[in-house]
Amino acid sequence: MPKPIELEINGKRYPVNYPADTPLLYVLRDELGLTGSKYGCGEGQCGACTVLIGGAPRRSCQIPVSAAAAKPITTIEGLEKDGRLNPVQQAFLDAGAFQCAYCTSGMIMSSVGLLQTNPNPSQAEIIQFLQGNVCRCGTHPRIVEAVRQAAKMMQEHGR
Amino acid sequence: MSNVEGKLFMEPERYEFSAAPFHQFELARRDFFKILGAGIAVFAIAKDALAAQETAPGQRAFHNEELPKDINAWLHVGEDGSITGFTGKAEIGQNIRTALAQTIADELRVPFESVRMVTADTALTPFDAGTFGSRTTPTITPQLRRVAAAARDLLVGVAAKEWNVAPARLVAADAKVTDPASGRSLKYAELARGKTLAQNLPAEDPITPATQWTIAGKAIPKVDGRAFVTGRHQYTPDLRPAGMLYGRVLRPPSFGATLTAYDDSAAKAIPGVFVVRDGDFVGAAAPSADEAQSALGAIHAQWKEVPQISNKEIFSYLKQNAAAEADDRFRKQKGSVEEGLAGATHRLDASYTVAYIAHAPLEPRAAVAQWADGKLTVWTGTQRPFANRDELAEVFHLPESSVRVIVPDTGSAYGGKHTSDAALEAARLARAAGRSVKVVWTREEEFTWAYFRPAGVIEVKSGIASDGTLTAWDFHNYHSGTSGIDTPYVVANQRTEYHPVPLILRSGSYRGLAATANHFARETHMDALASAAKMDPLDFRLKNLSDPRLRAVLEAAAKTFGWPRKKTQAGQGFGVACGYEKGSYVATFAEVAVDKTSGAVRIVRMVEAFECGAIVNPDGLRNQVVGAMIQGLGGALFEAIEFENGRIKNPHFASYRVPRFRDVPEIEAVLLDRKDLPSAGAGETPIMAVAPAIGNAIFDATGVRLNHLPMVPNGLRSA
Repeated sequence: MPKPIELEINGKRYPVNYPADTPLLYVLRDELGLTGSKYGCGEGQCGACTVLIGGAPRRSCQIPVSAAAAKPITTIEGLEKDGRLNPVQQAFLDAGAFQCAYCTSGMIMSSVGLLQTNPNPSQAEIIQFLQGNVCRCGTHPRIVEAVRQAAKMMQEHGR
Repeated sequence: MSNVEGKLFMEPERYEFSAAPFHQFELARRDFFKILGAGIAVFAIAKDALAAQETAPGQRAFHNEELPKDINAWLHVGEDGSITGFTGKAEIGQNIRTALAQTIADELRVPFESVRMVTADTALTPFDAGTFGSRTTPTITPQLRRVAAAARDLLVGVAAKEWNVAPARLVAADAKVTDPASGRSLKYAELARGKTLAQNLPAEDPITPATQWTIAGKAIPKVDGRAFVTGRHQYTPDLRPAGMLYGRVLRPPSFGATLTAYDDSAAKAIPGVFVVRDGDFVGAAAPSADEAQSALGAIHAQWKEVPQISNKEIFSYLKQNAAAEADDRFRKQKGSVEEGLAGATHRLDASYTVAYIAHAPLEPRAAVAQWADGKLTVWTGTQRPFANRDELAEVFHLPESSVRVIVPDTGSAYGGKHTSDAALEAARLARAAGRSVKVVWTREEEFTWAYFRPAGVIEVKSGIASDGTLTAWDFHNYHSGTSGIDTPYVVANQRTEYHPVPLILRSGSYRGLAATANHFARETHMDALASAAKMDPLDFRLKNLSDPRLRAVLEAAAKTFGWPRKKTQAGQGFGVACGYEKGSYVATFAEVAVDKTSGAVRIVRMVEAFECGAIVNPDGLRNQVVGAMIQGLGGALFEAIEFENGRIKNPHFASYRVPRFRDVPEIEAVLLDRKDLPSAGAGETPIMAVAPAIGNAIFDATGVRLNHLPMVPNGLRSA
């Protein structure tokens, strides 16, 4: 029987019973029902599973659940506060920056991570940062625009 | 259950295959009120749905499209005023859920927010052959309009009866019927209350022309957008019915391999695991995907493999194995190509190739299957819910009425989700386990066991007169397909043939099908002819074109692009390509920068003009057009499936390169809104001129003519 691991996700604590090397993504999705983080490749190549660990964007399909226990985890489900969307979510909505939207959670989580360390990124910095996130519908220009708008919103509202 | 295709020929237009619907109209109608409650319902049987959409000449030269003749749509006005529209089409990211709701709201004169669409559920929606071929907008939009118009007439009729006045003096607007003479009005909700009124669609109910649309034609944001940005929307892989098991399938080591030895005793000994072997199908279901995978690992299986060709020899193989003569279905001839060539000032022979590529939808194939009382329900991301239902019924020896297929809004498809593979696998495992089972393909499975856009060879012989007039056009497509094969240019002497070749890799539909291959060959060839005639590539095209809609997109895109452009730096090049298909028109211009030292090719800018009749939702359309342009970049520059001995050699995003942020140039989409023309689909045509426009720009930059897709998987070494 594996040792219980305690995860802190979106401000709540969850004890989970999984082998230590199980990727965090499967624990989130299959055990905890947090299915907003998507399986796209399981190889760290598409970014659909991106979550924040200690505030930094990480591919949850590549992080063993044991390594995720040390720091607070934020998933797409944890961004909305009291019915108010995170500025990045709002900007994606405003820009219509999705088509099938399967990549959207990962795009938003990566972008939230970017704006935490670089509140006013240039277009080139956004493109560089999102290079590891795949969008197959070809919505890239709107995604870049949404991140720029989110940065603007956050600066204007001092968030 | 095996994926072995044997010596099958690809259907030239696979997506047009459709079985005759098993029509249960009366039953459906009765169920309808049971499910939705009382109200007013209108059912459509639109016999002329197909004929009404013939807008582009010659697009049916090779295939006799067989959509069911009695496609139907239906609509319900509830006692609370809620409006529900029903269609068998699936939402796969192309935004029909929004566009179709707009159409209903527009015609029924109700707020957009009051309309809900029920899509792609074989128990609730009308039969539909599938979501492909850019058919949703041209077929379903007018039907829903007619249905909505008829519902409006019904509501007016109810009010007229209530007030004992002539219906003609009443006005329907803002979800109510008003009598302007008396000032009385009744809300639709009030009129529907207590009724179970149903009507078949009157044949010629007039619908609102695009010039008078108020809700359609507007850039309304995607319905349920908030559910997507919060992660709340549940795609098929996100479903978790209580007690569900996770299923995994043991794949053969190579295509066509057969089981020769098999021992699953160790796997079956694992508690909680169900192992199934049925012919060459082997799978396991377990409480977690990991445990199911471990169970597969405990199975001892030996396979007999068969030798197979590789991507290195595919093109010579295709030529050698094609029928020498194209059959009559695939031949079109006018004048005499031989005479046209004899009389030409310049002649050009060239051969073009296109590689196999993968759809790589970000949501992999997935299904959740559930058996109860001998009936099967499957949730799966498919473009063909009814065909999936029929296949499930056939495979499990059930009547169609015992199978229900439901398609949650799906993480894209691009023509890649026509088959029912994951649905069959999940259903087989679920039957054995007696529990719900979910199967989600891994990325490697998705790249290997789905199907591909077929490879092809295209040979073109042509001639032009001294003034640049085309005199001869001889076009032969081997294997890749017939979409977009007809030249839009005026040529007195022409022959166009499609030569089928038995399948090598499992192949099928892909966004635009062979239109990309055929346009790549034709538009690259046209560019080479312009060069031979020493004419500007745009002028050369316009000289040989009479179609006003195609000329219009060329001229609109040229204006925005700033054609003709002067080169301002080394390695800069500009290119153009155009075409029409499925009732819509496209012209694409590209600017490239080629680093002559490294051979690196960068797309700097693309401008595309697109015209698909009256625009239903300009915002959704822009997303589709820009999206197709970016997706088209991949197949143009670097996407290719590598294979050898029945194995895919690059089944990962790390080795199969798809367009990423850095690959995306500055993009402008110019949308021409023709309110005088019926709305055509827009999911496919915007992709097909991208590759030739880029190739022609590379030629302009370097003088190197690239006749193979992808063009520069490793940069332009020879430049």
